[in-house]
Amino acid sequence: MSEIPEAPHGDLLVMLRHAPHGGLWLREALDVALVGAAFGQSVSLLLMGDGVWALLQGQGPGPLGQKGSQSTFEMLEMYDIERLYVDADSLEARGLTRDDLLLPVIEVSTPELSTVLAGHRQIFNF
Amino acid sequence: MRYALLVLGGPYSHQAAHSALRFAHAAIARGHRVDTVFFYHDGIYNAAHFAAPPQDEPHLVDAWRDLQRTQGTALQVCVAAALRRGLLDAREAERHGKSGASLEPPFELTGLGQLLDIGQTHERLITFAP
Repeated sequence: MSEIPEAPHGDLLVMLRHAPHGGLWLREALDVALVGAAFGQSVSLLLMGDGVWALLQGQGPGPLGQKGSQSTFEMLEMYDIERLYVDADSLEARGLTRDDLLLPVIEVSTPELSTVLAGHRQIFNF
Repeated sequence: MRYALLVLGGPYSHQAAHSALRFAHAAIARGHRVDTVFFYHDGIYNAAHFAAPPQDEPHLVDAWRDLQRTQGTALQVCVAAALRRGLLDAREAERHGKSGASLEPPFELTGLGQLLDIGQTHERLITFAP
């Protein structure tokens, strides 16, 4: 059952495979996406593996005092980054559903992943 | 073919940087060009000016410098990633009131926009990550 409403397309696909905090992977991946959007490219995100944690609702700096990614994700719309693909298996394996996430997402099944990648001119994998 | 490399791993901490160098040398030996290397994330540590590994180990920072010297390969380092990790060239050091510079030519600090450009101006962009 395909949830992808239209053929994936775009200039830039940034894959997010790391959770927020504990390192700079997610932060620096999002910086690439934002720079691409600022340069006028059409940008999509694909969250896989632990990357799906990045969109979990209710995040904040908490006792760590680290600026998390929630505010960056809230800014995505302003940058016209609207296509957020999420690997369905990664959500399920972590006991998450789309209702746990901060923003509307397009769930992608494993066979559909290659379609998402093929639809973008340039791909970065973090 | 004109290659660009994206290096995301620091020297020695992960194999990524060494593999990137080995790939560069192999590609050149095959007659290709490696015109640009972009260092991002922990890859910026490959530009550490004061790196002083033991004599009997490969000197990765020097190997990148040699690549620039012999092939004209541009060595570009993301300024934001470098600054937060403490790698500053003379200009940034002065701007931030620090004495001394931890990053020098042939490595050059540049914006992340350059990375997107590189993907368009080279025929292949190969990523080496931890």
